[in-house]
Amino acid sequence: MQEIIQYLFSGVTTGAIYAVIAVGLSMLYSSTELINFAHGEFVMLGAMAIVTLWVHMSLPLPVAFVGAVAVGCCMGLLFERFAIRTAGNPQPIVLVIITVGASIFLRGVAMIVWGKDPFSVPSFSSHESIEIAGAALLPQSIWIVAAAVILAGGIHFFFKKTLTGKAMVACAVNKKAAWLSGIPSERMGVLAFAMSTGSGAIAGVFIAPITMSSYDMGTMLVLKGFCAAMIGGLGSLWGAFAGGILLGVLESLGAGLISSGSKDAIAFILLLLILYICPGGLFSAKEAKRF
Amino acid sequence: MDDNKKKTLVENIAFLVMILFCGIWIKNTYYLQIMTFIGINTLLALGLNMLMGYAGQVSLGHAAFYGIGAYTTAILSGTYGMSPWLALVCAVACAVFIALVVGLPTLKLSGYYLGMGTLGFGMIVNILFREWSTVTGGSSGFVGIPMLTAGSISFMSGRNYFFLVWMVVLVAILLCRRILSSRMGRALRSIHDGENASLAVGVNTHFLKLQIFMFSAALGAIAGFLYAHFVMFISPESFGFMVSVKMVTMVVIGGMASVWGALLGASVLTLLPEVLHGFAEYEMIIFGMILMLVMIFMPQGLTRGLLDIYLHSRKKRGKYSARNPSSPD
Repeated sequence: MQEIIQYLFSGVTTGAIYAVIAVGLSMLYSSTELINFAHGEFVMLGAMAIVTLWVHMSLPLPVAFVGAVAVGCCMGLLFERFAIRTAGNPQPIVLVIITVGASIFLRGVAMIVWGKDPFSVPSFSSHESIEIAGAALLPQSIWIVAAAVILAGGIHFFFKKTLTGKAMVACAVNKKAAWLSGIPSERMGVLAFAMSTGSGAIAGVFIAPITMSSYDMGTMLVLKGFCAAMIGGLGSLWGAFAGGILLGVLESLGAGLISSGSKDAIAFILLLLILYICPGGLFSAKEAKRF
Repeated sequence: MDDNKKKTLVENIAFLVMILFCGIWIKNTYYLQIMTFIGINTLLALGLNMLMGYAGQVSLGHAAFYGIGAYTTAILSGTYGMSPWLALVCAVACAVFIALVVGLPTLKLSGYYLGMGTLGFGMIVNILFREWSTVTGGSSGFVGIPMLTAGSISFMSGRNYFFLVWMVVLVAILLCRRILSSRMGRALRSIHDGENASLAVGVNTHFLKLQIFMFSAALGAIAGFLYAHFVMFISPESFGFMVSVKMVTMVVIGGMASVWGALLGASVLTLLPEVLHGFAEYEMIIFGMILMLVMIFMPQGLTRGLLDIYLHSRKKRGKYSARNPSSPD
């Protein structure tokens, strides 16, 4: 019992990270119909930025956090401006390969800037771990889950309550109609890009203390993020969030109860099951299958 | 014999002459090795091109079939001492069977969902290679794959293996062209242009997609077989997600829906890393940059892009000479 609770704690923690990554991917997909394979590299950039700004330059944590997110947003904007927008409107697979090229490029840049060695980052607060029913709950876990919930809540608020957010939803529903009714749909796409890569960087900042950060950490994270987004239903915010938590918990339970080698397989088996049984995802509307 | 057939025949003969010329002329073992890898990658790209370029079905997990081919032959001939040629038959049969089982549900998906489904399949197969260590050797790899022999000919030397691989490529190209110019090929193209429309005129699209998926799996398995007996050591990294992505990139960079495009894409993506080795740590940056630039400025692939540039420059020159019909010498 105690073990199960321990697995649940660590599952929810990694799940929250997957959730943040999946939310970023899903948001970008619903606004621009683009699957960004370079998203994992923005997560990596966030983690590396916190290494430099907080650990090496010892800036105060909030400043370092804002800096890391700004790095993510700016790189996202550059990527959108110089790669995606220049490409125009080719076939989806060509765009996918451009994002793959970008991910290799960013990984190469990170390898030169930060080197090949992994970095470790201390926990954000130096409190002792809390014991609940015999299982240890790390303070970093609380940080991560709180951040994920606040982020998803913030995005939810943004989409439902602000004019810009509503305009973005309108673009996601029908770009041309939104444009006709006076919404600058191009600019909304750019904003979605910056928000998506920024949220990727946030995921990176929070994952840094619970894992080793290195230039090649992004690939597996983005694939897990895809699984989570697909499980929840591509294009749905809370679906992606729930998909991430579910994936994290199942992975943790699988790693603990079956074998640690099976951990990575669980995500993909779950992905295939979802695709075969309900391709629209668990939590999305029926018309989710777009093309 | 009509013009089209004549053109194809000329192309094939030119290709055969090229192979013979390269095989006899190149003495350097390193170059022969690179050329052999290009041949293996061409097989992969050809198979995937049939699926992606003609039938319009994206697969992000094709390295799985490559790996299944390699590991089947490695296990059967290495561990159980079976004849490699018999192992080849088993490898192809195994890949085709798995393609059938996986393809049945997966090919009902479309677009990104199909991409993600095949990606998931590829990852699961790769994890299997890594974790089933009693059979596959795990992440440290599989050692002890025997070399190929046929009667008294040994395929130990670089030159013999070069010829073996490129003869297989030639046969595969001929086979692909036969399929494409048949009724099946036309039906495939109709799926690419509009699945519902081709359903409406009586094409059994699901079965056809499944057939072509199995065909490309078979080509992948043959490539895996050739790879395994060439390097004689395989590890899961050679068949991972990035390899699947590389295969897709070969097809798209070469130019989809073109047999020669597959050859060009495979050559470019095999040679590029070798050339970039000289840049040491800047290798990844340059590789990523080239990938992005080619796709941004030549979304139709290199075959089409270079042809366009050539035609454009000829048109320009034509205009120039038309404007100055009698330029004084």
